[in-house]
Amino acid sequence: MSLHDQDDPALRAAQEERLRAVWKPPSGLFLRWTDCNNDRVGVWYVLTAFAFMLFAGVLALIMRTQLAVPDNDLVSAGTFNQLFTLHGSMMMFLFAVPMFEAVSIILLPQLLGARDLPFPRLSAFGYWSFLLGGVFVGGSIFFNAAPDGGWFMYPPLTTRTDLSGLGADIWMLGLSFIEVSSVAAAVELIVGVLKCRPPGMRLNLMPLYAWYMLVVAVMILFAFPPLIAGDILFEMERLLNWPFFDASRGGDPLLWQHLFWIFGHPEVYIVFLPSIALFAMLVPTFSNRHLLGYPWIVLAAVGTAFLSFGLWVHHMFTTGLPKISLAFFSAASEAVAIPTAVQIFVFIATLWAGRVTWSTPLLYATGSLAIFVIGGLTGVMVAVAPFDWQAHDTYFIVAHLHYVLIGGTLLPLFAGLYYYWPLITGKRLSDRLGRIAFWMLFVGANLTFFPMHFSGLMGMPRRVFTYPEELGLGGLNMASTLGAWLFAAGVAVICVDLCLSPRRAKAQRNPWGAGTLEWLAHPDDEDWGIRSIPLIESRYPIWDQKDFVQKVDEGRFFLPDAEEGRRETIVTTVLDARPLAVIRLGTPSVIPILTALSLGGVFILTTYHLYWAALVCAVATLACAIWWLWTGTAEIPEKPCKPIGHGIELPLYISGPAAPGWWAMFITMMADATAFSGLVFGYYFFWTRHADFPPMAMADGPGMYWPMVALVLGVASWLATIAALEVHARGDVGIARLLLMLGIATSLAGIAAGLAGPWTHGMDPENHSYPAIVWTLTVWTVAHAGIAAIMQSYALARSIARRMDPQHDADIRNVTVYMHFFALTAIVAYATIGLFPSLS
Amino acid sequence: MARACILIFALACLSGCNAQQSTLSVFGADAREIRQIAIVLTVGAVVIFAITALLYIRAVRAPEESLNHHQGMRMILWVGAIGPTLILTALLLYALPAMRPRPASPADLVIRVEGEQFWWRVAYQPPNGGAPLPSANEIRLPVGRTVVFELAATDVIHSFWIPGLGGKMDMIPGRTNRLVVKAEKAGRYRGVCAEFCGLSHALMAFDVVAMEPAAFDTWLADARAIVPPPAIATPGRTLFDAQGCGACHTITGTPHAGIIGPDLSRFGERLTLGAGILPLTTENIAAFIRAPHQTKPGVRMPAYPQLSDEDARAIAHYLKGLR
Repeated sequence: MSLHDQDDPALRAAQEERLRAVWKPPSGLFLRWTDCNNDRVGVWYVLTAFAFMLFAGVLALIMRTQLAVPDNDLVSAGTFNQLFTLHGSMMMFLFAVPMFEAVSIILLPQLLGARDLPFPRLSAFGYWSFLLGGVFVGGSIFFNAAPDGGWFMYPPLTTRTDLSGLGADIWMLGLSFIEVSSVAAAVELIVGVLKCRPPGMRLNLMPLYAWYMLVVAVMILFAFPPLIAGDILFEMERLLNWPFFDASRGGDPLLWQHLFWIFGHPEVYIVFLPSIALFAMLVPTFSNRHLLGYPWIVLAAVGTAFLSFGLWVHHMFTTGLPKISLAFFSAASEAVAIPTAVQIFVFIATLWAGRVTWSTPLLYATGSLAIFVIGGLTGVMVAVAPFDWQAHDTYFIVAHLHYVLIGGTLLPLFAGLYYYWPLITGKRLSDRLGRIAFWMLFVGANLTFFPMHFSGLMGMPRRVFTYPEELGLGGLNMASTLGAWLFAAGVAVICVDLCLSPRRAKAQRNPWGAGTLEWLAHPDDEDWGIRSIPLIESRYPIWDQKDFVQKVDEGRFFLPDAEEGRRETIVTTVLDARPLAVIRLGTPSVIPILTALSLGGVFILTTYHLYWAALVCAVATLACAIWWLWTGTAEIPEKPCKPIGHGIELPLYISGPAAPGWWAMFITMMADATAFSGLVFGYYFFWTRHADFPPMAMADGPGMYWPMVALVLGVASWLATIAALEVHARGDVGIARLLLMLGIATSLAGIAAGLAGPWTHGMDPENHSYPAIVWTLTVWTVAHAGIAAIMQSYALARSIARRMDPQHDADIRNVTVYMHFFALTAIVAYATIGLFPSLS
Repeated sequence: MARACILIFALACLSGCNAQQSTLSVFGADAREIRQIAIVLTVGAVVIFAITALLYIRAVRAPEESLNHHQGMRMILWVGAIGPTLILTALLLYALPAMRPRPASPADLVIRVEGEQFWWRVAYQPPNGGAPLPSANEIRLPVGRTVVFELAATDVIHSFWIPGLGGKMDMIPGRTNRLVVKAEKAGRYRGVCAEFCGLSHALMAFDVVAMEPAAFDTWLADARAIVPPPAIATPGRTLFDAQGCGACHTITGTPHAGIIGPDLSRFGERLTLGAGILPLTTENIAAFIRAPHQTKPGVRMPAYPQLSDEDARAIAHYLKGLR
């Protein structure tokens, strides 16, 4: 096939017919929900997150109304505590992070000129998990059972079952479930950015939104697992009475605060950086020029990500930590303002150098920057530890964080909404309504939150359901409440604008005259994503590459056809995007929904202590996962290669580090290892807290013998798998199968040996934090040994079923990646519990 | 923006200024230093915001190519990166001295405060040794002398904050935190719990009385000299005995030595009731005894609905007389 073949309109029409058939969405009342095309799943995702935002906003309105006047009794203290807990938790976990992921699921394939994301079914799974978990957590308030311990859930208030009820479990388990789906989406986005770029799009030609997506997804990958580790410890204490946070039994409430804020501070940047990313897309468009300072802004994003992991302690300035660490974290917290300033000045320089077209999205961007800069400056104020000693946990912080989140997340999303609405729906939103809404939001936000700086400094603590009249805070609070209602009215105007949209006429294609790939989208959108996958030579191909749109539309680039009737996209190399292979993508299926439902069952049933039912769900989850992998992954293609145009032939099967599946496994295991390191941190944290750790009375458990046996078995299982991979690649399938069997046996024996250590020494985890953390590390490791056995069995079964052979060995390669991490886990865990007690 | 600020200031003034619980009306050395830092920070923030806003407006209005690529990159470098780095370094150096803890000597008065849901257990530990003086929900301290607070908690995390005196410090189960302060101006102030601690977190405050040193010494000596209340069987006292109040409350000089609830010795001297939430009147005390949950949801004290109004007032009268 050459360029000229595509001159034939009949050929093009036939190709389009085939593509349309392949990408036809499922229809029918039920089946339509089995779709996994990113366009549709992304839209559901966005709508759901938007609905949760509205719900959480209503909760805030009730709170503001309660606080309008002093000594008010509109809601009770108990209800108020549920309101603020749920407001914060939902805005963070059910709106800000998922909204970023949802928008990215829609935009990423368009930005990268890909047909879809590499794992469409994983996106669908993430969405259904999110919906289920979100409804579970949010709905709890209608049963007066919502969490009421604050979104930070500090123990012991939340871990003592006599002081807190079901709400704490709903928070922990419901949101853990959502954290799993967030991590799943992060894996999807990282692999998408690294492996599914169009040919020629080297890293330095990547649209900035993709850069930010990569940075943010990596942050999610390292930030959420410590929280998941904290959640595990937390639920162990609540459900099993293992005293991690109970000071009377060797625990420490501050361990939770560390784990929570190691997550919680990067979280702020996780929800803020995507907004900068949206600005980085729309500022060049409305400046009518390339973004000025591309390397600067990329470096700044990466720098922000790094720094954001080093300043969690500024949430703990008043916990009585040593002053020297306060100085360090104070400096780090101030330093993060520098990359932020760089990003803002990149935009200012771009606007300055370009010819600015004023527009509604730019108005929103301008307003959000103004609000964000105020929030950033008060952020520098509270980074100064002495000032924070006064401002901490007062309304000053409420003002600061809402300036940051409204200026850094919410208004930018509205900017993005007005900017990208034509891309997604083919219609433009009303400029008039948009501007009216903007001014209501802008004035409303300032009227709500600016007075809070003063009410905070005038002594009003956060999280109070009322305040005495004598404090003289009535006027400021009334202003805040009026502002909140004005803000809500602004959001209502936007909703009206959205609802009117279906009645409006179609907009033209690329209505803002943008230069980036996503604007190839046609108002009469086809489900295939992009007609042909282009060769990229510029950061703004629509502006810079000659006849670019026409060539894409006429299928003159790569993969213009779907001859075999399969959904496909091109996989390229990580750094310079050389084409590597064509991969077949997942098609609509009910499996993701079933997996989400059964995994949701595990979390939700555990909340109600229905352990047997939860176990049934866990088995069902495992069954679904295996069914999913067995039928949907590492399929051996009917032919080794296929042409993608321009005389290029690409393989249809890849394995190892070139393949998206390998990367997904690697990235997932990075998250897993991070969660594990959170647990190990717990062990050593207790050691630093106690003069004698392990305590003398319990120092003999778990002994050195059994942990060392388990360690050796774990390493043996790992080596057996590596050996199996090597001999399998040489064609000795029989020996490889034997080695896998050996691996399974050693994994299973490792479970017994791992448990034997604490078991034979009669370590009682309810006694003290020491046996509790030893048991936790042990259970974590043997659970991983169990998964190792399942994975090795899976590879063995694939080989026996002839779905894996020496030329098509993705399964065993991916299992080996898991085993590398398993070996690391086993070595660290068993060395810690077995050897450390004799050292200390 | 400017108009909004003026409006807000007007509102703030209309609502009247509170001098008891504000970081802006200070009576301690630390709060004064921090207020100074806050003013510097605020002025700096306003100036930086104004410069950024002006540059942004200029940028939007500037005609095309009024800044070339080279100049743009230079602007990002100098205004975006180097400028903030210098300003923040200067700020850090300026603020570092204030992070040093105030020095204390063994001769200073130590006041141990424990946060409990939802009140404050106080014990004065005079430097010259001797038994500590227990109290609750009120702190008296001498002006001009260094005072060391030892802060702890028994049930959940609380945070000890006297805005006019200095920064807050958390009270964490299993830890004892120290907060060293120095009051500079006598008067009556208020402190609050600043860490969310449960249902009545909003209703966990305390009174702070900063006294001239001589008056403080007299007060402390008086309080420590155990003078049993006159052993006259007033109706209130009899009821207090009969209802078993002493199982939780201590009144020095009587057989009541419960330590579950707040110490009630010299209760009549306190300024407020229920951890800083109600004026100390007989009516309020009586109502609180009969239905403490009504004023303070989640409070540990059981309700006494079986007490007649008259009996409750009798107990209230007795308690109010304890000095």
